[in-house]
Amino acid sequence: MGAFLRQEWWIVAVFIASLLPLVHVLFTGRVSALRSLDRRWIFLLMFWAVLLPIYYVSSTGNVLPEVPGALAQATFDEIEKLSPGDPVLMAFDYDPPTTGEMAPMATAFVRHAAEKRLRMYFMTLWPPGAQMIDDTIARVLKPDFPQLVYGRDYVNLGYKSGQEAVIKVVVTNLRELYTTDVLGTGVQNIPMMDGITSIQQMKLIINVASGTPGTKEWVQYAVTPYPNLRIVAGVTGVSAPLYYPYIPRQLNGLLGAIKGAAEYEQLVLNRYGGPNPNPKYMEGLRRMAPQLVGHLLIIGLIIVANVLYFTDPARGRR
Amino acid sequence: MKRTVPLLIAATTGFVLIVAYFVPPMQSWSEQVSVWFDILAAVAFVLGGANLMKIHLKHISDRARGWGYSAVLVVAFLGTLFVGLGKIGVNPATQFPDFAWSGPYRQNGSPFWVLFEYVFTPLNSTMFALVAFYIASAAFRAFRAKNAEAILLLGTAFIVLLGRTFAGVALTSWIDPAVWSGFQYFTGLRIENLTVYIMAVFNTVGNRAIMIGIALGIVSTSLKILLGLDRSYLGKE
Repeated sequence: MGAFLRQEWWIVAVFIASLLPLVHVLFTGRVSALRSLDRRWIFLLMFWAVLLPIYYVSSTGNVLPEVPGALAQATFDEIEKLSPGDPVLMAFDYDPPTTGEMAPMATAFVRHAAEKRLRMYFMTLWPPGAQMIDDTIARVLKPDFPQLVYGRDYVNLGYKSGQEAVIKVVVTNLRELYTTDVLGTGVQNIPMMDGITSIQQMKLIINVASGTPGTKEWVQYAVTPYPNLRIVAGVTGVSAPLYYPYIPRQLNGLLGAIKGAAEYEQLVLNRYGGPNPNPKYMEGLRRMAPQLVGHLLIIGLIIVANVLYFTDPARGRR
Repeated sequence: MKRTVPLLIAATTGFVLIVAYFVPPMQSWSEQVSVWFDILAAVAFVLGGANLMKIHLKHISDRARGWGYSAVLVVAFLGTLFVGLGKIGVNPATQFPDFAWSGPYRQNGSPFWVLFEYVFTPLNSTMFALVAFYIASAAFRAFRAKNAEAILLLGTAFIVLLGRTFAGVALTSWIDPAVWSGFQYFTGLRIENLTVYIMAVFNTVGNRAIMIGIALGIVSTSLKILLGLDRSYLGKE
């Protein structure tokens, strides 16, 4: 950290200079000014709270240590216990706004499945999800697993409209809706589709979802009526609490937010990482530093605001 | 007639889905109804697009407040539709080289791909990222420990906020049986363990209660719709 600060002194100087007026208010004892603080100061503090850790991690490559929790471990184990060639459904139900949280999970899931040589069937219930699938395949499978062949090891079935009604159909008859893949190739001409008639033949559903339709719908319309199906999911931080009631019988593993992504990445890295892991497989871990400082800032702001509130002499008169 | 036919369609479809769930030989009926729904959902995209255009073209025509935004929307909508449907700049797919339009509309490097990757994605991500700034501002202005409930909420929030980062581990790592054997009874007080406990117990219990309540509400509302007692979904006369 010291070496970083000495080397990147200019950013520290800009940081301090940008906050000098605020520091001036603090040291001149104008507490009342803090009570009506312009929110742009808070925006600036959050800007630095996110930017500085991102810059630090990008410059040094250092990430915070991560201890995987029970849910990340359960998710990892569900994939780890599968055998090479087992079919898995990769349901990517998210879009660009949540890519920051979802993409690291999607990357880690696809990398783990590729390392295990599982057969991957990609599909999405969200219109922009098709692009998310393309991006993940381009990021992971094409550069790092060139030996995996499209149509034999993985296939992109793309998007179908109908939300949960799509799940209701594909869980009993996949070919009723999916007659071709995204490239227009008939499913009868795709080698890995031989003998695959419904989602019930999948050994595992891996769902990366940021809303509706998503994990809840897969649990309600696929896993609950057909208890032999198993599912693990990666979801956004705001939606994660809603899925806890389904754990562990209806939902076998859950990654919540960037923290869940980081824990799962750590498990995949421990098993398949090698001595110099590619930074793209550490995106969740890299984002934990800005999350840490951001959370500390919010806690600090709440504490300061409460101190100001309770020391306000005008409080009792309101 | 205008209302009776939709009512009959809704009731029949709903009851077919309910009966099919409990009578396995009728499962194919449920599948068929779901396929019809999927087709209708695809057609709804066209209706949605047409409705969007109608509303915003009217805004522009009336010079209503903020009509400039409507103009931006119409231009963006039509431009994206044109390059996407027209597959502008898309090369033929390798398996169908003789068919000019056989390539995927999202092909790498195509104008639609460029719009998605360099306009749609950054704009959407930016809008979502702004939430962090507003949360920080709201945290400063709104969260006050005014009563017992608020103190409980703030305490829980602090634990979860810390527990979702490395700070949780670092702050209470001293509660370690390796440091003192007596700590083996207190490891549950480590912030990361408290976070797991809050999420797995208090959160799950609360959410289950809410979910069961919602489910019961859905059952009663659905029955009212299927029996034609609640017709609000058909709109006004």
